[in-house]
Amino acid sequence: MSDADQRLKAFLARSPYIRFLGMTADMAGDEMTAVLPFSEHLIGNTMLPALHGGVIGAFMEMTALAQLAVVQSAGKAPKTIDVTIDYLRPGRAMTTFGRASMRKVGRQIASVHVEAWQEARDKPIAALRGHFRLGSES
Amino acid sequence: MSGADPLLEMAAQMATSVPQAAALGFQMVSIGDARGSIRVPWREDLVGDPDTQVIASGVVTALLDHCCGLAITAAKQERFPTATLDLRIDYMRPARSKAGITAEAHCYKMTRSIAFVRAQAWDDDPNDPVATAQAAFVLHGATPQAAPPETAPSETGGAA
Repeated sequence: MSDADQRLKAFLARSPYIRFLGMTADMAGDEMTAVLPFSEHLIGNTMLPALHGGVIGAFMEMTALAQLAVVQSAGKAPKTIDVTIDYLRPGRAMTTFGRASMRKVGRQIASVHVEAWQEARDKPIAALRGHFRLGSES
Repeated sequence: MSGADPLLEMAAQMATSVPQAAALGFQMVSIGDARGSIRVPWREDLVGDPDTQVIASGVVTALLDHCCGLAITAAKQERFPTATLDLRIDYMRPARSKAGITAEAHCYKMTRSIAFVRAQAWDDDPNDPVATAQAAFVLHGATPQAAPPETAPSETGGAA
């Protein structure tokens, strides 16, 4: 298991809320894919049924934080400063995937983009842009 | 609680009974006057960082999104399908350790097809928020793509 793998596993195991969501993530080479298996308690609209918008947003935010954990070898856990979420398609009752790309990782701030999709990666259900404070101090 | 309106009371009941709201333990605080307020009590399994025991930001995201929907229901005085277009959240500070979170949303503008909503979330004092949010929602229809043209009659179509 690589260092990146170990940091990812440690990040996922640490947070009770990630267990509440049921989120996992895997490394393939240097690329991380986050996975959110469908579960009844994630539904926000029982008519469709559709995943709760907040769940999709939270999953993408956790995907960004997981990616930061993978690339950051030391220091305190990053803190979310802001996120902007675009909802593109309904999140259906099936597994959701997420991948993050680092736009800029500075000394104090990281800018991260995330996309979430279900059946096809080129048909994203949502996208997130976020800023995160990297906690070397304070 | 604005109380007497049975439609709003039903909306309030449904707002806390959808699976994700129930799983997070959402509790209705108030609904009425284009505003909705919901509280989520602190719970060990909702913690983001076990060192601080602070509730996860993802819970706050879901709470703010949900509150925005409630405010639209309150503004429209009926339940009908909405879809979140975008949601921007600023996290001002960490919540207190082991603190529950309350959020209130205000639907301050509604056109035939779009609702604009602001919301904030706090632990102890509404004037000292942990997070603020700004959101736009599409009215009528399950997906953003299904939004009707501006000329569509406002009260027909996909009301649940």
